[in-house]
Amino acid sequence: MNVRRPYVRRMEPGWWWNNAFLLRYMIREMTSVLVAAYAFVLLAGVFALNRGEAAYRQWLDVMASPWSVAFHGLLLAVFLYHSWSWFEIMPKTLPQIRLGGRLVPAAAITWGGLAATVACCGILLGGTLWLTR
Amino acid sequence: MRYLPESDPEPRHQVYEVPYSDTGSVLEALQYIKDELDPTLSFRWSCRMAICGSCGMNINGVPRLACRTFLREYFPGPVRIDALAHFPVERDLVISAADFISKLESIKPYIIPRVERSVAEGEYLQTPLELEKFNQFTKCINCMLCYAACPQYGIDPAFLGPGVIALAHRYNADSRDGAAEERMGQLHAEEGLWSCTAVGYCSEVCPKDVDPANAVNQNKMASALDYFIRFVKPGEKS
Repeated sequence: MNVRRPYVRRMEPGWWWNNAFLLRYMIREMTSVLVAAYAFVLLAGVFALNRGEAAYRQWLDVMASPWSVAFHGLLLAVFLYHSWSWFEIMPKTLPQIRLGGRLVPAAAITWGGLAATVACCGILLGGTLWLTR
Repeated sequence: MRYLPESDPEPRHQVYEVPYSDTGSVLEALQYIKDELDPTLSFRWSCRMAICGSCGMNINGVPRLACRTFLREYFPGPVRIDALAHFPVERDLVISAADFISKLESIKPYIIPRVERSVAEGEYLQTPLELEKFNQFTKCINCMLCYAACPQYGIDPAFLGPGVIALAHRYNADSRDGAAEERMGQLHAEEGLWSCTAVGYCSEVCPKDVDPANAVNQNKMASALDYFIRFVKPGEKS
């Protein structure tokens, strides 16, 4: 008698909740929603600029409100984690890199990427401050 | 976890008490249950030294080889053992590997020589640097822990999956092989590389440090490049 009856288990809705690795992955994915949301905030600023000075000043006032400052603080933390989590997996996306015949370790790729980002942000911020001085 | 297809409508859990020793593995605990407590318990095992890849199971929710997982890590217990996640359960801790095997076969996991050489012409030569390009991916023992770790495979079993893609890459990156183009067809598909969302847990659970996430994601760049080259110059190969 053939009693083969393979049982297919369904994934639980909270499959990522009880595993630290998968939880970190989901946080990485969810932070991208806030990253996208902030793009819309900036886009609103561009539209306000297009509508004229009064609208742009109003947008600036909203940005300077305590709620907005708190929101920006939260976003900064989210952005820092988001950036870190992607640079953390950057070595997984690259083929072997050799410098002087030696394999570049994963940590060097992660920290190199982060250093490049900090340098770019520094140049952008410095340039903006210099232009608006 | 227990599942007897002739009597259980669905898997259930059963509790056993096993003697503890500092050097005892989870596999030995299962063998104790089968020998001393309950001969109806089914599970796969063979080598007891992490090379046959048979005893993969979810131990306290983490895909691991039972032979290289020790009771001391969980002392004083309990240890919850489930059949390897995402695969259909045949009986108790025995899963059906049919899907994995057919996917493995489909990517032609063997060297298809770039230039055929006769025996008289001698061996295919390779430099140490050429070997190093794919060496880590040769360590795969087909244990399927990476599949149990991959939520994308759990959500959509059509996904080719980490292990098979790592092996496809192993042969594609081999300087002696000339069949990369044949294999890339499958990898370009949505169920190929592009179902991967870079979770990276496959590499975390791999008992042989194969790093399948690296094999999958480094090929995404080649796949994207191939797409754009075809887009710009239809009919041309990258």
